[in-house]
Amino acid sequence: MTIDTVTDSSLLLEGKTGAWELIVGLEVHAQIISKSKLFSGAAADFGAEPNSQVSPVDAGFPGMLPVINEVCVEQAVRTGLGLEAEIHRVSMFDRKNYFYADLPNGYQISQFKDPIVGKGRLVLDMPDGSSRTVGITRLHLEQDAGKSLHDQHPTMTFVDLNRAGVPLMEIVSEPDLRSAEEAGAYLKKLRSILRYLGSCDGNMEEGSMRCDCNVSVRRVGAPLGTRCEIKNVNSIRYVMQSIEVEAYRQIEILEGGGTIKQETRLYDPGRGVTRSMRSKEEAHDYRYFPDPDLLPLVLEDGFVERIRQSLPELPDAKKTRFIADYKLSPYDAGVLVAEQASAEYFESVARGRDAKLAANWVMGDLFGVLNRLGLSIDRSPISAAALGGLIDLIADQTISGKIAKDVFAAMVETGRDAASLVEERGLRQVTDGGAIEQAIDGVLAAHGDKVAEFRSGKDKLFGFFVGQVMKATEGKANPALLNDLLRRKLAG
Amino acid sequence: MTALTDLTLVEARDGLDRKSFSAKELTEAHIRAVEAIRPLNAFITETPDKALAMAVESDARLARGEGGALEGLPLGIKDLFCTRDVLTTAGSHILDGFRPPYESTVTTKLWAAGGVCLGKLNMDEFAMGSSNMTSYYGPVENPWRRDGDNRPLVPGGSSGGSAAAVAAHAVLAATGTDTGGSIRQPAGFCGIVGIKPTYGRCSRWGIIAFASSLDQAGPMTRTVRDAALMLTVMAGHDPKDSTSATLAVPDFQAALTGDVRGLRVGIPREYRIDGMPAEIDALWQQGIDWLKAAGAEPVEISLPMTPHALATYYIIAPAEASANLARYDGVRFGLRVDGKSLDEMYENTRAAGFGAEVKRRVMIGTYVLSAGYYDAYYIKAQRVRALIAQDFDRAFETVDCILTPTAPSAAFALGEKMDDPLAMYLNDVFTVPVNLAGLPGISVPAGLSADGLPLGLQVIGRAFDEATVFRVAGVLEQAAGFTARPRPNGMAPLTKSAAQGAL
Repeated sequence: MTIDTVTDSSLLLEGKTGAWELIVGLEVHAQIISKSKLFSGAAADFGAEPNSQVSPVDAGFPGMLPVINEVCVEQAVRTGLGLEAEIHRVSMFDRKNYFYADLPNGYQISQFKDPIVGKGRLVLDMPDGSSRTVGITRLHLEQDAGKSLHDQHPTMTFVDLNRAGVPLMEIVSEPDLRSAEEAGAYLKKLRSILRYLGSCDGNMEEGSMRCDCNVSVRRVGAPLGTRCEIKNVNSIRYVMQSIEVEAYRQIEILEGGGTIKQETRLYDPGRGVTRSMRSKEEAHDYRYFPDPDLLPLVLEDGFVERIRQSLPELPDAKKTRFIADYKLSPYDAGVLVAEQASAEYFESVARGRDAKLAANWVMGDLFGVLNRLGLSIDRSPISAAALGGLIDLIADQTISGKIAKDVFAAMVETGRDAASLVEERGLRQVTDGGAIEQAIDGVLAAHGDKVAEFRSGKDKLFGFFVGQVMKATEGKANPALLNDLLRRKLAG
Repeated sequence: MTALTDLTLVEARDGLDRKSFSAKELTEAHIRAVEAIRPLNAFITETPDKALAMAVESDARLARGEGGALEGLPLGIKDLFCTRDVLTTAGSHILDGFRPPYESTVTTKLWAAGGVCLGKLNMDEFAMGSSNMTSYYGPVENPWRRDGDNRPLVPGGSSGGSAAAVAAHAVLAATGTDTGGSIRQPAGFCGIVGIKPTYGRCSRWGIIAFASSLDQAGPMTRTVRDAALMLTVMAGHDPKDSTSATLAVPDFQAALTGDVRGLRVGIPREYRIDGMPAEIDALWQQGIDWLKAAGAEPVEISLPMTPHALATYYIIAPAEASANLARYDGVRFGLRVDGKSLDEMYENTRAAGFGAEVKRRVMIGTYVLSAGYYDAYYIKAQRVRALIAQDFDRAFETVDCILTPTAPSAAFALGEKMDDPLAMYLNDVFTVPVNLAGLPGISVPAGLSADGLPLGLQVIGRAFDEATVFRVAGVLEQAAGFTARPRPNGMAPLTKSAAQGAL
């Protein structure tokens, strides 16, 4: 395999003896949203009592047989379409054989040779507003194993089979990622797409999305280096940290004249290091072969077409539309479409209003409050309609932008709408030129010395006068009108 | 009056309808027969109380006129079928104490039709064997003995307990399973009828897996009609088995017209193997002649891949078995032999729990799936398997069924061939290709060897054409007039004519 060399030198890693190129590919295990498991009717909910969601099929009892859950197939196809990938009309299930206490059958049913989804693509939205396309190698269906609990008893390991048989999609990227930051962007984007599609909730802390990172380094333009796989990293932050840490570990070894051993490693976030889990020599021989209990999975054209028709507008399309329709910057559009709920919220605020203003309020004040309160946008204390109401008051000059900040804070606190708060608290802005003029006259009269200084060239005092007049009008003076009148009076 | 244990399945069902006897009486007679044949070691678990309770329910249903197709008929179940709350062992130490919390689909259908469960029948461990010598519960004895030779013989395998119990009239019929000949070869050795239906005809759900792409359940009975009746009940689509066929199940008894005129019967040239006893060859010729006399047309055909079938089977079946048997690890059910670590517990448990033949096949299977060997063995075997199926497809373009011997020999003595796995595997030379191609095959008792042992003929049909297989088998059965019986305990064997006279 040949891999393009990095053209952006900011992506290179500096070693003691020169620059290194980082090559990363990610394998994401995404738990499929489904009422039941991949091959049994048992429930697949998170957090249930241990071993309360286990059928004899999941427990690998003698004579039990797997039956594919059609919902999971649909979710895999939906996800494949969302990644603009080839949908394979015929795919196969294989047995991946290994012994472990939480793997009841002694094999995991997976798709090895013929996955349900082939090559696709995913567009990264980088923080600087630029974007990059990353190749998707494949997506396949597989069942999860159970969980071994080593901390419940001093000498025994407990096994919880609730997860055994839970449906997963393994989504494999091409080794197209060139930095930890890109890996982070990849995961964020993938999670966003999965959530849009409703095929995975993307909650890494609940384990419904886990990531294996394949990391290698090489001198710029040199052949690919030996890779190490960091297993089961469970947050985007840790993915980024572990890639960085692993890359520098490899660089240090190479620069010291050593060689990289191909192996599986684990990231220890507490100590910020990766540790060897097993070497290539100790690697399992999984003895994959087609599962004779399952027929080839054949998808009818109509099935795939029906799913294609039901796809929602996905982040990339939405972003393009936001840029075109609302004249947003690529960065703002990217932030707003990252979550479907944010995009919907924004659109209902922006509809029929100044979109730039709407974007600023949503991304600035609203996201700030949500962040502070630790709430998702679905549970926002201010509805889209209420925020729209506030923006309307700014637009029709009922209140100034500055007063609007106070109204917004009051809305968060009271849950009431902007108009009634403005009325009750008398925050309506003063647009009566006479009243403002009167206030200006008062201020100028009280600060004759400053007026003289201003007129002799101390322009900076203009702000002082604005402040004084605002104070006199309790902040309610229309700022534009105030500026205009003040300038004229001072020119006087 | 004929003894209740001498009735066929169909006769017994008629007798119950006519109220000649009750299901309870019929069952009691069979419980006594089961006790009487204990020296054969055909049963691993007897369930007389369950049988009586089921019989009483059957009598109530019969009294209400609600009797099912198998109402009140005492049956034996191969111990590979999971039966709810009843010990299910697969003939293995590793399933010690395993009482499944579920009932296999096939047995569920049998009980729903009114069948009465007499118990669980001995078998080769995990259905791996052709002699019933590999059972943890000890070998089963064939009720037959050679003329003038009192050495105990094997019943064949792996459904050896089923074949022995049916042949010894301890059960009216039994279930078997057939992965490479495990119904047909013991049926042949014990002088009974056994059919392996088309792969997918009977649900595999609840049957302990040996080789999933080959395993198939079927009935073992004393007549072709009984097999037709029982298979009609056992077969049918099961959504719980993805490989079960969605086809409707015909009433197979309706196929027994006795008319094979104009039917083209393939005689595969490659089945005339070196070293086959002359009497097997002669029996085969006799079968051809019978069918010809009945108006069928024998046609010589070629199945050129036949010589590769055994090698292919002994790659594919162990490969699948090595994965299917990985679940017996001491963690969740059955035997556990503790160790200092998880790996040691696995090793101790599996070392103690599996017998030599199972270990041999697990190791072969693991080997042929290993990195570096997979293509040379497993993939190549899959290709040859496709070619074997293609051989049959071609043959069935010109013939309607195929006639062969069931096995290349009659039953052998207990303990023979145990030190030579290859000679043992050769027993399945005529039956294995049928499994590899997924086709239906039946064994019908057709005659006796020179030393007085039963020999079977096999009829192979097109996929899902069990009807033709039954029709041809019925004509063979009629022509053979096989009425010989194994001698009751230790008495001199009945000759064919003596047996006829006795009835």
